[in-house]
Amino acid sequence: MTAPDIHRTISAVWRIESPRLVAALARITRDVGLAEDLAQDALVAALEQWPKSGVPDRPGAWLMTAAKRRAIDLKRHEDMRARKHGEIGRQADALTLLGPDYDTALDDDIGDDLLRLVFTSCHPALPPESRTALTLRLLGGLTTDEIARAFLSSESTIAQRIVRAKRTIDEKQIPYEVPRGMELGARLASVLEVIYLVFNEGYTATAGDDWLRPALCDDALRLGRVLAGLMPDEAEVHGLLALMEIQASRIGARTNDAGEPVLLLDQDRSRWDRMAIQRGFAELERAESLRSARGVYTAQAAIAACHARALTADETDWPRIVALYDELFRIMPTPVVELNRAVAIGMAHGPAKGLASMDAIVAEGDLEGYHLLHAARADMLEKLQRFGEARAEFEHAASITQNQRERALLLERARMCAMNA
Amino acid sequence: MRFMCIVKATEQSEKDVMPDQKMLSEMGKFNEEMARAGVMLAGEGLQSSSKGARIQFKGNQRTVIDGPFSETKELIAGFWIIQVKSKEEAIEWMKRCPHPHPGIDTNIEIRQVFENEDFGDEYTPEVRAQEDRIRREIEKKR
Repeated sequence: MTAPDIHRTISAVWRIESPRLVAALARITRDVGLAEDLAQDALVAALEQWPKSGVPDRPGAWLMTAAKRRAIDLKRHEDMRARKHGEIGRQADALTLLGPDYDTALDDDIGDDLLRLVFTSCHPALPPESRTALTLRLLGGLTTDEIARAFLSSESTIAQRIVRAKRTIDEKQIPYEVPRGMELGARLASVLEVIYLVFNEGYTATAGDDWLRPALCDDALRLGRVLAGLMPDEAEVHGLLALMEIQASRIGARTNDAGEPVLLLDQDRSRWDRMAIQRGFAELERAESLRSARGVYTAQAAIAACHARALTADETDWPRIVALYDELFRIMPTPVVELNRAVAIGMAHGPAKGLASMDAIVAEGDLEGYHLLHAARADMLEKLQRFGEARAEFEHAASITQNQRERALLLERARMCAMNA
Repeated sequence: MRFMCIVKATEQSEKDVMPDQKMLSEMGKFNEEMARAGVMLAGEGLQSSSKGARIQFKGNQRTVIDGPFSETKELIAGFWIIQVKSKEEAIEWMKRCPHPHPGIDTNIEIRQVFENEDFGDEYTPEVRAQEDRIRREIEKKR
């Protein structure tokens, strides 16, 4: 195997083994930061030795042994230091480094430990960008470099975010546990938010020239599936997975050959991934069977499912979509939901009604500077054949979007309006 | 990216001999591991080719040929569709698979599924160069 090949193999093995490894180490040490350090040291050992020795037959056990060896070193070091300073206070900490459990830890059912890791990585006390980095690293098995690539960031920036996250866990003494009772709902919301953030970063890249980063969508889907396996009775976990599956089913149709975005209603639906849609429907059904009132992700998934069910854009059940947006707005009264509802009203009851709803949002002023509000208004104005106003709105939307591909699309529509005017 | 991992047929599987309990439980464990890791999208075992058929295309003619088919080793006995980050990861997963036909030499074939981006220009060298450029620019700003 050549050098790049073996490195690709090592990161593949790492992706498979590291979530279990870190979870098992965290169970032994009760310290996520330390567990992560030990796991990273094991990875470094693998990167040094595997290119010479080849990948071992049981790579998971090998990595665990390397982590254990590192823990023994650390403990020896700590003992020496303690003896030198006549300390006993830190002995207890050092003891957590060594349990008899290393050899059997990987064989145990680590589901609960994975779940504790999820809740620790997504703890609301951590800065949001640290949460995503830590989650992708601990649960997604991504290396720092892979996370940096995914977010168009530098390796050192991501490494800093992870260091900061571990420091916060330590300083705020965030317990390594799954929250219970009243707390669970709020904490689960934070977990779902992190996963959906990763998905959206892939689905509508906020930075750079590309509109899509499908690899990040895959990472988010994978995390969503892992979570659905760990919390099979939580409706919103399935709701989020349903939403992501159905949205991801459109990835192939969302850009044209030139990489420019294609809007939902203009997409070639034969390019939608039917298997992903079926997986999404199954998850949605599960979510709706677990809880009668839809949560925010389940409601959004139900809306996405309406689109997925329509084989052509004309067949879309817009009145049902409006009703679902009404439902969503009651539990998630944000201006963006209101805007989407206004778009649906425009489709269900005509552009004049849609425009009126949007004008109400403009009057509220919350979405000033949000390009999609202006793009949506422009669309209604164009349908009403008020081309001059439509053109101005498209141009305004183009001037405030951050995405270059989207800007080009908006300017093109402005140009079409100018031609029709 | 997605891969189809194909389990080949054997004389036994072509006779619809069911795997023993040990095999079933090992395979079940492997499937569960892939599902828990969020990797497995689908996985099915196929009945013998004697219950299948082939539609032969010759010019404008379509001829139905009923199974069984003779070239056993080339036949498919089952498959998974998995979603992973690289071919290497697909390989590492399949190396963890229990021997599909204990006592009989066989192979699991790993084939990449076409993704829509394989047709577009998402991963052309130009885009990659562009991406590297953006990264450099972002780093400069820090």
